[in-house]
Amino acid sequence: MKKLTMLLCLISAAVLSTQAFAREVVLTTELKSYGGDGAYLAIYLTDAEGQYQETLWVAGQKSKYYKHLVGWARASRLRSSEYDGITGASITSGKTLTVTLELADRYIDSGFQLRVDSSVEDMRDNRNDVVVPLTSEGAGKPVAGSGYIKVFSYSL
Amino acid sequence: MLRKFHSCFGLMATLLVVILAITGAVLSVNPFLERIQTQATGASSVSIAELAGKLAVSHPGAQQIQRTASGSIIVYFSDNNQTGADLINPVTGATIAAYSASPITMWFKNLHRSFLLDIPGRIAVGIAAFMMLLLTFTGAFMLAKQLGGWGHILRPIQGSLKQRLHSQVGRLAVLGLILSASTGLYMSAATFELIPEYQSAEPAFPEQVKGGVPSSIDSLAALKDIPLTELRELVYPYPGDQYDFYSITTNQGRGFVDQATGELLSYQAYGNKQKVYEFIYMLHSGEGLWWLGLLLGLSALAVPLMSWTGIQIWWRRKRSSITIDNNSTAKNADTVILVGSESNSTWGFAKAFHDALNTAGYLVHTTSMNSFTSNLTNSCANTQRLFILTATYGDGDAPASASQFLTQLEAMTEIPTFPVAVLGFGDQQFPEFCQYAKDVEAALTAKGWSQLLPLDTINRQSSQEFSRWGNTVGKALDIELSLVHTPTQPHCTTLALVERVDYGAEVNAPTAVLRFKPANSRDLEHFEAGDLVGILAPGSKAPRFYSLASASKDGVLEICVRHHPDGLCSSFLCGLAVGDSIEAFIQLNPSFRPASGKAPIVLIGAGTGIGPLVGFIRHNTAHHPIHLYWGGRCPQSDFLYEDELNTYLKDKRLTELNAVFSRIDERAYVQDKIAVDSEELRGLIEQGAQVLICGGRNMADSVMTALDDVIEPLGMDVQTLKAQGRYREDVYS
Repeated sequence: MKKLTMLLCLISAAVLSTQAFAREVVLTTELKSYGGDGAYLAIYLTDAEGQYQETLWVAGQKSKYYKHLVGWARASRLRSSEYDGITGASITSGKTLTVTLELADRYIDSGFQLRVDSSVEDMRDNRNDVVVPLTSEGAGKPVAGSGYIKVFSYSL
Repeated sequence: MLRKFHSCFGLMATLLVVILAITGAVLSVNPFLERIQTQATGASSVSIAELAGKLAVSHPGAQQIQRTASGSIIVYFSDNNQTGADLINPVTGATIAAYSASPITMWFKNLHRSFLLDIPGRIAVGIAAFMMLLLTFTGAFMLAKQLGGWGHILRPIQGSLKQRLHSQVGRLAVLGLILSASTGLYMSAATFELIPEYQSAEPAFPEQVKGGVPSSIDSLAALKDIPLTELRELVYPYPGDQYDFYSITTNQGRGFVDQATGELLSYQAYGNKQKVYEFIYMLHSGEGLWWLGLLLGLSALAVPLMSWTGIQIWWRRKRSSITIDNNSTAKNADTVILVGSESNSTWGFAKAFHDALNTAGYLVHTTSMNSFTSNLTNSCANTQRLFILTATYGDGDAPASASQFLTQLEAMTEIPTFPVAVLGFGDQQFPEFCQYAKDVEAALTAKGWSQLLPLDTINRQSSQEFSRWGNTVGKALDIELSLVHTPTQPHCTTLALVERVDYGAEVNAPTAVLRFKPANSRDLEHFEAGDLVGILAPGSKAPRFYSLASASKDGVLEICVRHHPDGLCSSFLCGLAVGDSIEAFIQLNPSFRPASGKAPIVLIGAGTGIGPLVGFIRHNTAHHPIHLYWGGRCPQSDFLYEDELNTYLKDKRLTELNAVFSRIDERAYVQDKIAVDSEELRGLIEQGAQVLICGGRNMADSVMTALDDVIEPLGMDVQTLKAQGRYREDVYS
């Protein structure tokens, strides 16, 4: 009986602890009607100085075009280990990309930033289409992009 | 086979291919326009560093400099979190205008690349490019075959207006279309990675950046070394990040530049595969090769025209296809008719023959010659006789529905006991008259197949000759067989005689020039001088054909008729008074017509043969040199069109009029005048002259003999001219 209680305690502790270290984040990126082909996007995390931390999502399947996501490409050095398993289709003009992921708590309210680079074939590459601090306060508040992105927001 | 393939693919791909062609033609103008723009700003021999130095002042937020293939410089920048782009003068570094890709061009480009449907659209574009290539090749092969081989590919093309337009425009555009379609197909294959990756590997990001204080951009050694004309793209480092670097893409390769030392890092030149891809891209887009782009755009414009004419040709052919009623099965039939036809007209004759035999109580099976197989003996157990009706294609080749026949016949081991008769259809103007029918007859004889009737031929779909052959068949079968077939006798139009001019009564050659008009001028089908009008005399089933002296655009239908006392139709026509009406239909005769071009034209005729010739002269408003040789009987009586011809001499539509007469003191026929003028005529032939002859068979034969003598010193004869499409006859017996 004692052992069972111990086990239950351990399990709940483990469950609680993961809940305490990470939480679900929804990233919503709505594109402008720029009228070109599908856009490639890289959503990634940097510290306050712009130092790359990790890649959150890459929209666009062909890695040969990733170099056009200029800021992210340089920061991640385009190592496939940085984006394996977190890529999806490119986003058509005017459409919205919604990504749900788990993010470690330590990134929130600690001066880290979400950044989005964007690129469209035959059109300009946008480094830092969106740069937004990752804070509880900023959650749910839409931010306008400077390139192909119309509105970006995240919910915690 | 080739034709079926061509029209089938053509119909399937029309819409896609036309969109590709039109958008391609629109886009082809861009490199040219860009070139004009860059020419205006002048060429620049500055280095990248020099221009970037100037931009550092005017565009402190510069992020990226791009140079297009035609030399335009675009700088992308960000200013207070707003992005922008400017077009830059490469010499002065001054801003020309704010830059934005034209949305119209973008739209056309997307339509051209993907029908605005992204990935599925791109697949469709690839397929359309492949179809285009197939159509171009099959079309070229068909044209070569029609003209008698690749060696004759530049020969004048005959056929109806739409057929000529289709072939002539196609011949002009074929190389451009092949280049556009094949390079497009290659690019499509590259997009879908069906061919090995062409892009050279990315240079690795430099691991060791010194991270010193950034130097000003105009002092960076690597950028000083590279002339601006080599640049494709320069991407700036992120401001404030000392460990970042410039990325540079040039015409030769890619690399990075240390922002402190100006050193070129991990530079990598392009591999050959990428160079090949870029070359093909340039050929396709004309970017950096503006003149080729314009040429390709021009040939792309042929595609809509060819689709339109192609569909019309296909439709006309389909409409004229014939269905055989009461067709017995091969097993039951006592009589089998095999048909070799290119344009379906032979099927019309076969149907008439089939129906007549059917009425006479025979069980008839009619099918195409390609259905003939080497084990015919088994499939046709009850057959007692075989008829083969076949046309000839081009230079004595098999027509479409007979292409497999000789191979099958050759493979036959057991020859049936029932006899065979061959009937050939052709045009005596061509040297290989009914050649394929002759080949079939020879092959049958060689196989030891017994003969029902010797080979007979029908010239120019003559109903009279066909009816005569029917009598022969009837005699062989011991039945009454009346074959009545008037080919392509579409609905007749009622025409009223509005004017007649009579000649020749005094010299026993009563001739009339008759002008008709329909009640409503829109009822007049399109025709040109030299085409034929079929006229049905009351009580007659078979029409008589007359060469037209006018074109439909003249608003009247004009013919020249000699009255033969025994002739049903000519008696009817010459008995008409103004206001009387006739039933008539048009039969196009596109092979008898002056070719376009500046070469002189020699028209030769006698008697009523002047009709179409005068029509040609009347429409010679471009004043090509025309020399007319014409023979009549007496200038006071039957000098047809005398006043009109003199008018044309004065206004230069006619260069020279040689009229000779046979019933005056200095009697002469046209062939005599040709012999007298041999030196002049030789000169004209040497200049590439074309000869058109209209009149009776005897006159035409004498003229041919005379002309053979005239041009013999040139090492040519009339057959050579015929083969070159420069000698055409419209002859009647």
